[in-house]
Amino acid sequence: MSLENTPFLEVIKSSFSAAIWKEVGPAVWDTVYMTVVSSLIMLVIGLAFGIVLIWTDKGGIRATPVINGPFGWFINILRSLPQMIMIIIMIPVARSIFGQSYGTNPCIVAIAASCIPMYARMVESSLMEVEKGKIDAARSLGSTDFDIVFRVWIPEAIPSLVRGFTVTVIGIISMTALAGMFGAGGIGDIAVRYGYQRFQHDKLLACIYVLIVIVQLTQSAGNLLSDHIRKKRGLM
Amino acid sequence: MADYIEIHDLNKTFQTRTGPLPVLNGIDLSIKKGEIFGIIGFSGAGKSTLARCVNGLEIPDAGSIEVNGRDVTKLSKQEMLEERRHIGMVFQNFNLFEAKTVYENIAYSLRIRHEKKSIVDEKVKEVAELVGLTEKLDAYPGGLSGGQKQRVGIARALIGEPDVLISDEATSALDPQTTLQILDLLRSINKEKGITILMITHELDAIKYSCDRMAVLEGGKIIEQGKVVDIFHNPHSRTGELFTKVFFQFQNDEFQSGAGI
Repeated sequence: MSLENTPFLEVIKSSFSAAIWKEVGPAVWDTVYMTVVSSLIMLVIGLAFGIVLIWTDKGGIRATPVINGPFGWFINILRSLPQMIMIIIMIPVARSIFGQSYGTNPCIVAIAASCIPMYARMVESSLMEVEKGKIDAARSLGSTDFDIVFRVWIPEAIPSLVRGFTVTVIGIISMTALAGMFGAGGIGDIAVRYGYQRFQHDKLLACIYVLIVIVQLTQSAGNLLSDHIRKKRGLM
Repeated sequence: MADYIEIHDLNKTFQTRTGPLPVLNGIDLSIKKGEIFGIIGFSGAGKSTLARCVNGLEIPDAGSIEVNGRDVTKLSKQEMLEERRHIGMVFQNFNLFEAKTVYENIAYSLRIRHEKKSIVDEKVKEVAELVGLTEKLDAYPGGLSGGQKQRVGIARALIGEPDVLISDEATSALDPQTTLQILDLLRSINKEKGITILMITHELDAIKYSCDRMAVLEGGKIIEQGKVVDIFHNPHSRTGELFTKVFFQFQNDEFQSGAGI
């Protein structure tokens, strides 16, 4: 059903019909799957990258410009690629890993590659916000570098890390929609194939509902978790 | 009593964007075992830097700091970690770990040494009782008052059974009544445990109230040191000027918090 020849209300009504959701339903699963797996990969590698950045930073554990400089450049280079270009670049990489360049799993490679550097910078800035006095206190108590990072620095930054993670997960959701154009499947795929190429605007609307709901749920979950931690710590 | 901390010709210069900034210019100081030694100076005088050199948070450019006969400026990284067990530090802004309960804050230095649970439990309770925090062990620092926070800070520094406690403006963020309570606490710790206390402050009253001997620091130099009574009765001309300045300043604005370097 297209907006070109059908009244708006009719299209809306049709966007809630069972026939539409039979097609959109499975795509929701694909999108959720891509988002969850990419987010987990991003969380692990992004945290690790962020820790390397802060460890070697001037105000960090041990100033190591030899590592911090080139590593920072590397992250900036990845960050300067628009997501669409990253997807195209990652096609051969995905093919070498999965033997094919389309489908949900190969696209996860591209999504992760694009979001890891972004999250790494968020981790860096969250960790930077932790008061230096706390690090001094940890040092004065005889902490090793490892103790400082894992027992003090990261736990202190958790509410902020959670908020940063929420923001990047939402970035991942929008990127899964983009990846749909390149054979990833999911909501983006439906929206492009039916909504754009075949003018089936009822399906497009259904995709929009799904995206809105997923993003809202993600943001609320992130806020809830971060607030819960801050409340528990008596900070709000 | 023997000299316990012996500081000789200590120099420290910070490199800033506007050029080198000398903060400590040839500090000579000796502190006896079991005394409360006060170091007073305005912010920028270098007193915090001096304190931070003693436990290795800052590395001096030249000079020596002997604590109990060991020169802490020449220790390896591993030896420094060990040495810090014997030097506790209490901070102006408390610097408590907000992610941890009061219990875990106090237990921290035992946890990083992987002490047995039963030992940790016993020691935390003992120290908490000493500083009067037994009721608050399960709370998070975020919900505590300033005085309570500083008690946690003191307990956290004490649990490693240090020989020296550095108090870096420990009472400067507290109201007068709480300040007195914390100073009393420090005095009783000094008396009961024989811990040497190095008290860095810009508050004359704190020094007068608790210290045996003191030094006056200005522009990275010690301009006077000796017994508190002597200095207050008969200050060096420059010290006298500083005291007067402080006195009038306190009259003008009752609380001025000196951040210090």
